[in-house]
Amino acid sequence: MKTVPVTWRGRLGRATLDTLVGVAIATGALLSVVLFVTTAYFIVLCLIGIGFLALPYLTRAVRRLCDLNRRVAARSGVPVERPYRPEPEEIEKDIVGWMRRCKWILTDPATWRDLLWLLLNCVVGLAGFVPAALLYYAGEGLFLACGLWRPLADGGQGRWYASVTVESWPAAFAAGLLALVVLTGWLFLGPLVLKWYAYFVRFLLGPTRGSQLASRVQHLSETRSGALDIQAAELRRIERDLHDGAQARLVSLGLQLGAVDRKMNQDLEEARRMLRQARTSSVQALRELRDLVHGIHPPVLAERGLADALRALGLASPLDVTAVVDLPGRLPDPVESAVYFAVSELLTNALKHADARRVEIVAWCEDDTLRTRVTDDGRGGADASAGSGLAGIRRRLASFDGILEINSPPGGPTVINLELPCALSSPKTSSS
Amino acid sequence: MRVVLAEDLFLLRQGIIQLLEAYGCVVAAAVDNGTDLAAALAEHRPDVAIVDVRLPPTFTTEGLQAALRARREQPGLPILVLSQHVEQMYARELLADGTGGIGYLLKDSVLDDEQFIDAVRRVAAGGTAMDPVVVAQLMTSHSRDEPLAALTGREREVLELMAEGCSNTAIAQRLTITEGAAANHISNIFTKLTLPPSSDSNRRVLAVLAYLNA
Repeated sequence: MKTVPVTWRGRLGRATLDTLVGVAIATGALLSVVLFVTTAYFIVLCLIGIGFLALPYLTRAVRRLCDLNRRVAARSGVPVERPYRPEPEEIEKDIVGWMRRCKWILTDPATWRDLLWLLLNCVVGLAGFVPAALLYYAGEGLFLACGLWRPLADGGQGRWYASVTVESWPAAFAAGLLALVVLTGWLFLGPLVLKWYAYFVRFLLGPTRGSQLASRVQHLSETRSGALDIQAAELRRIERDLHDGAQARLVSLGLQLGAVDRKMNQDLEEARRMLRQARTSSVQALRELRDLVHGIHPPVLAERGLADALRALGLASPLDVTAVVDLPGRLPDPVESAVYFAVSELLTNALKHADARRVEIVAWCEDDTLRTRVTDDGRGGADASAGSGLAGIRRRLASFDGILEINSPPGGPTVINLELPCALSSPKTSSS
Repeated sequence: MRVVLAEDLFLLRQGIIQLLEAYGCVVAAAVDNGTDLAAALAEHRPDVAIVDVRLPPTFTTEGLQAALRARREQPGLPILVLSQHVEQMYARELLADGTGGIGYLLKDSVLDDEQFIDAVRRVAAGGTAMDPVVVAQLMTSHSRDEPLAALTGREREVLELMAEGCSNTAIAQRLTITEGAAANHISNIFTKLTLPPSSDSNRRVLAVLAYLNA
């Protein structure tokens, strides 16, 4: 349960709310009948082709009802995740797309579990009426106890209430007491009924272990192919930089030295000039190699770890950067590296695109998650879907189950949150 | 001039020893790890220590740490740090105590033997030798500061050379101006940065760097 009511007033409010929710559930249960019958009817019609037209609309309605019930279950402290397979991304507008959509619906086991739930919910969902019924019964008892038993008693027989026949004042008093017991029952039973109902919802509408694994596998294979792409691109970049940069310079250095060798005996002054030139070439080759190394794994990250590396990024940036970093020690290398390059790119964005002056970097560990927040006072409007570097960062982080969250209204400020699980080595099978 | 050298790459160590000896320095000890460096510095008390940032056993900033520790034990011990890359953060840590006798250069600087020896001598004499890369970074990261914005292009160039540790003569040579003109620029810079003038070249650079670090 989300909140445990401690005061009687809180409990009363909660019970009232539960009663209303219960009634809603029960109404939903009545709707279930209709939906079940219709859906089943159209699925049968699919056999002769016509049903395909209505299926996607019906499924949408069914899923909406199921989602509502998932929310109700979550309210009772039983969170239920959506088990559906992701919709195929590109769907043609024509009949082929329509068929693909139907195939996607019909092959998803969750669709069939939804249907089974609809059928059972016709009965089980009626349990939602229980709190309301209890409240009504308690009210009836109290009314009788107030003296209303006299006009209501039919023909001197008295009115039967919870095994008491109300025909005199003592009996009315007893009925009043019983009504109070029922009322107390209403107070405590309501949440319980809803909770049982929530377990029922989770049983059929929650993801099964199989579908959890399936969605996990899908996530992993997507992020793995992303990671492989990134890695391949990185290797190509390194190869190109080495080939066009340092390697070419070393070749020219060799040539220059050869020329010096030939000049030695003829023109010593010229040979010396060429030697100086060769030295310049070697310095340039070194500089290019250094830049390359920095792009692969920044030395300060290797030497000092993420905290100091982030501070160093701030120092090297022309922006006014404050870095507040509180980390318990060294984190796994891939995590450090991913966050470092992400923050580095965010700083570049803040400088180049957002026209910011001030940037704040905050990083801390919490619940085995490394959280980093980068805030700038630039003009905002950053959007990962615009094919910018942000999408690249998001892809990189995704391969570590990391999250990139952008909050950048036009006019700024831009707040970007990065979240990465620190404990990469631990096996993680729950979907995220 | 007695030198203690700490460098883990054998070829580079031998090269630097040769270079130093060619210019009349005495290499009192040449070590290849942080632990030996601390011992050698305590034993030989050299005129200058030339130290690689990254040394065994940890291959992180062992050299830098050992040098800073030794400097706490022997205040004013001149240290020239060599590194494969330059990082502002390390430069700031080295300069933090503000007593001078500090150098921070890229390893490439040994390729230009005269400039390298000049830097070694300057550090041994209590001056500073900062790599132009570090200085350039310091300048860009503070280019938005108001007082620096007031400098003219030429004054900025002079300030950069000052930060590297050049004397008035050297600045005049590098910029091909007269020494008087250089001195003039420098006093203008001091005025614009509201720094009290001083004849001591080392203090002057430290003041500039301290300002840049602020």
